[in-house]
Amino acid sequence: MDFNGSDTLPGPRTGDHLPHTAQAAVKIVIVGGFGVGKTTMVGSVSEIRPLTTEETMTQAGIGVDDNYGSESKTATTVAMDFGRISITDQLVLYLFGTPGQERFWFLWNGLFEGALGAVVLADTRRLEVSFDVIGRLEERGVPFVVAVNSFPDAPRHPVRELRTALDLAEEIPIVECDARRRASSRDVLMTLVRFLHSLAVTGPPR
Amino acid sequence: MTPPRRQRRYPRHEPPPPGPGKQGKQGEAKNPERLYVVAGADEDGARAALDLVTLIVARADPPPSATPEQAALLRLCTAPLSVAELSAYLNLPFSAMTVLITELITAELVQARAPIVRQAVPDRSLLEAVMHGLQRL
Repeated sequence: MDFNGSDTLPGPRTGDHLPHTAQAAVKIVIVGGFGVGKTTMVGSVSEIRPLTTEETMTQAGIGVDDNYGSESKTATTVAMDFGRISITDQLVLYLFGTPGQERFWFLWNGLFEGALGAVVLADTRRLEVSFDVIGRLEERGVPFVVAVNSFPDAPRHPVRELRTALDLAEEIPIVECDARRRASSRDVLMTLVRFLHSLAVTGPPR
Repeated sequence: MTPPRRQRRYPRHEPPPPGPGKQGKQGEAKNPERLYVVAGADEDGARAALDLVTLIVARADPPPSATPEQAALLRLCTAPLSVAELSAYLNLPFSAMTVLITELITAELVQARAPIVRQAVPDRSLLEAVMHGLQRL
């Protein structure tokens, strides 16, 4: 890549810059299985066109080559889409849509640890895809809400049934949403932040 | 149709440690200007200090000695941009990005504005600000 050609350098469009007063950022992670609508949700509420950050994951190859002692390594590029919402002149919120597999989570420093909380985006056609993700968030003590992306052909379950199926504590919000709609995605984020606020008032559940 | 069922899990460890710097007393607003100063970075520690949402701002124009990557970065962040955005615009992986930025912090060519991370006791005024911001969307 030629970094000298500043004319052609891909950069923020006019208006995609943050004000100089921006002092700090917070982040929320949207996590879910492949094709569940994470990028759609990020895009529907972001003030910038969603961007992609990448990381390369190297792992020792496991397979037939082992007999020959060859240290084959495979490099996988993992991409994560994200968007941005300016909260005030000083504060910025970033939204990251990340794959559900935990092995990806270590690639970006403190992706979950530093986040305010997480949205688990679920698809009722493949509800079990969310099971592992929810379990890992529980183990890590990351507060989260569950948003069910209403695909037109997806089976509808009452929230009570979903709560039972997902074995979620009573206080954890479950909401339906249409990730394509800005207002709907915004409401999901509001639900998360309100839930976080309630934890701040009552303290984390034991 | 009965949906499949999950089994609840519980925190393995204590909640994650609060970010660098001790959290103030409960209810005390966190200072959002808490900065990471990475000077004379050790081999590993410097990288750990940069988060995806650490905001980077150039402190100077690219010096003649700057590498093309450094110059490109300095031109991009004349106004604050997150590490994630810089990674996306420069098309560099996050880990490469943190190395590049760490060099520039050490050379005092950029300033890093650390993110506000989740604390054991969430900051209510911060959450209220986020709520109001979302309401305006």
